[in-house]
Amino acid sequence: MGHDTAEWVFVAIVIAVLCYVGVDSWIVQKAVEDVPANAEVIKVTGQQWFWSFEHADGTKEISTLHVKKGHAYVFEIYSRDVMHSFNIPDWVVFEDAVPGHVNHAWFAPDTAGTYPIQCREYCGLLHYNMRGSLVVEDDNAT
Amino acid sequence: MVLELQKPRPVWQIMFSTHHTDVGYLYLVFGIIFLFMGGVLAMIIRTHLFFPGQGVLISDSATFNRIFTVHGLTMLFLFALPVANGIGNILVPIMVRYKDMAYPKLNAIAFWMNPVGAALLWLGFADTTWVSYAPYSIIRAPGPAADMFIFGMKILGVSSILSSINFVVTILKCKHPDLPLRRVPLFAWSMFTVSLMTIIAMPTYAAALIMMLTDRLGLSGFFNPFAGGDPIAYLHLFWFTFHPEVYIFLLPAIGMMYEIIPRFSRKPLYSQASGVFAFVMLGIIGFASWGHHMYSTGMDFTTKVVFMIGTLAAVPASGMHVFNFLATMWGGRIRFAAPMKFAVGGIALFFSAGAGGVLNSAMPLDFITHGTYWVVGHMHLFLIGTIGFGFVGMIYYMFPYVTGRMYNEKLASAHFVLMFWGTVQTFFTQHLLGLEGMPRRVYDYPPEFSSWTTLNQISTIGAWMIGASFAIFLASLIYYSAKGKPANMDDPWGIGGKYYYPVAAKNPHGGHSGY
Ligand code: HEM
Ligand SMILES: [Cu+2]
Ligand SMILES: [Cu+2]
Repeated sequence: MGHDTAEWVFVAIVIAVLCYVGVDSWIVQKAVEDVPANAEVIKVTGQQWFWSFEHADGTKEISTLHVKKGHAYVFEIYSRDVMHSFNIPDWVVFEDAVPGHVNHAWFAPDTAGTYPIQCREYCGLLHYNMRGSLVVEDDNAT
Repeated sequence: MVLELQKPRPVWQIMFSTHHTDVGYLYLVFGIIFLFMGGVLAMIIRTHLFFPGQGVLISDSATFNRIFTVHGLTMLFLFALPVANGIGNILVPIMVRYKDMAYPKLNAIAFWMNPVGAALLWLGFADTTWVSYAPYSIIRAPGPAADMFIFGMKILGVSSILSSINFVVTILKCKHPDLPLRRVPLFAWSMFTVSLMTIIAMPTYAAALIMMLTDRLGLSGFFNPFAGGDPIAYLHLFWFTFHPEVYIFLLPAIGMMYEIIPRFSRKPLYSQASGVFAFVMLGIIGFASWGHHMYSTGMDFTTKVVFMIGTLAAVPASGMHVFNFLATMWGGRIRFAAPMKFAVGGIALFFSAGAGGVLNSAMPLDFITHGTYWVVGHMHLFLIGTIGFGFVGMIYYMFPYVTGRMYNEKLASAHFVLMFWGTVQTFFTQHLLGLEGMPRRVYDYPPEFSSWTTLNQISTIGAWMIGASFAIFLASLIYYSAKGKPANMDDPWGIGGKYYYPVAAKNPHGGHSGY
């Protein structure tokens, strides 16, 4: 009965694994949150039950967002009514849209294509259908 | 006793009794009824999601949203808490060698608040989700359902505070003087820990509910951004109560495994001290991690790190329980009767759920998993995998002592195999769905992602297996409590040793002469 070596060894191993997980995610998260200085701002607004976007040059889009490959973008995320969560799963863009708050997320797509945009926080009746798409286009100018 | 079919007493005698075993049976029967009601809702949800395309089974998303909300509320507050309280009521006074709970009348009152709360939740049938985040629950959720939800939760919350006070006083004050606290059996320790946690955590939510109600009435604007409030404040108050609350749901199941494992391994528990230590640790550290539910609400980096550390800190204590179980079984002459099967299955699923939890709490990964079906899979490995298996094992364990009859071991095996397989299939698959990006709480999903359809179908078939296993459970509970072979009350499983809870002998109203 009582603690013996086996249990101490077991607990030590568990703690070692946890330290590894903790430190590793600290490093990764630090890198992930480091927004590049040249990132272009896109305003994202969630409302029941669609997303709208406003580019830095004032262009507005609803549901479909066009961006250029190889550029960095930072999203300023707003909500007009209840909580939503702006999510582009393929690019791991995920941040809540909270009324009264402005949240940020950034990404720099490097492959052209069309990707789903969705809402990942329950927001009522049509939460399931609060979907849109992201179109990443080749940047012909460069 | 309802269940005591050898010498039945009229039902009203149990209903108006304040004796701890009677109140315990009331809690148990109530909890089991709602397990099946919540289970039916789960089957409806999963069957509906078998195919993409609207209207497979439920023709509008409003109904769907109400169904998963009430499923969650039912399983947590009308099944998990009452069953833990029921078994706690029956066993804790016996374990601390006292004749009843400290305050028998308060105990009965606390129970009778449950049907009232249940009626409000089920008649209202709200669509707020069980977390009922502001401002949806304030500015958009339709009444009167949302208001009935607030009152229902209020009543259930008060009830759980009352019963927690009762457990704490019973254990601290009514314990036999010869019995030192550290030697109190671990199931009673688990009830002691969760009762203290409830007393500390629950008032915060109770306050938040009142604030939500006055916000809904337009009298205040605490959480309403359009009246100067802040929804994030609600999230903090909610999770300050409900992250500890997940341990409140979980620990009684672990305590039950501490009853079952040593007995069916025919060996003394590996370490009482380590079990007590792990319960107390979890009880304290459980309060340091609520923010892990809020990583994506715009939390700053430092806060996220603090909550990640708080979350990871709870893992070693959970690991100690698993170690304790395995070390107890090691070298034991194990008898895999139904209670043991469910306990061991529960430990396996507890371990996998914990491993998934470590991944979740790592901040960068949480951004992939949060709000997706991963979370649904993860939490159900705890909810049905650990709590469900622990409780079902304990119900089989107590069956002969309560009814005086034996359940059918073959049917119990069938129940176990179907439920275990079904749980693995349903909820492991949902982890994959989450990684594929499928959000939770969705009424429908786009048919063009073919992997979503396949995974949903695998998951639904698993859920049907769980449903079938519970049909077996229900039928055998009813049939064998009336028609089962009389059990050998000294040793129902023929494993030697003596059971130390003379259930009926302790009950002055019971018809039995004691076994
Ligand atoms: C037969 C086994 C079960 C199945 C098939 C099942 C299935 C489901 C499904 C499909 C959802 C909806 C997920 C979503 O759309 O986000 C859900 C939610 C939930 N379930 Fe279960 N469930 C089962 C058992 C349990 C048990 C035993 C508990 C608790 C002890 C539980 C607690 C919950 C909770 C708290 C939610 C969240 C509700 C919400 O999102 O507001 N479930 N379940
Ligand atoms: Cu939404
Ligand atoms: Cu939590």
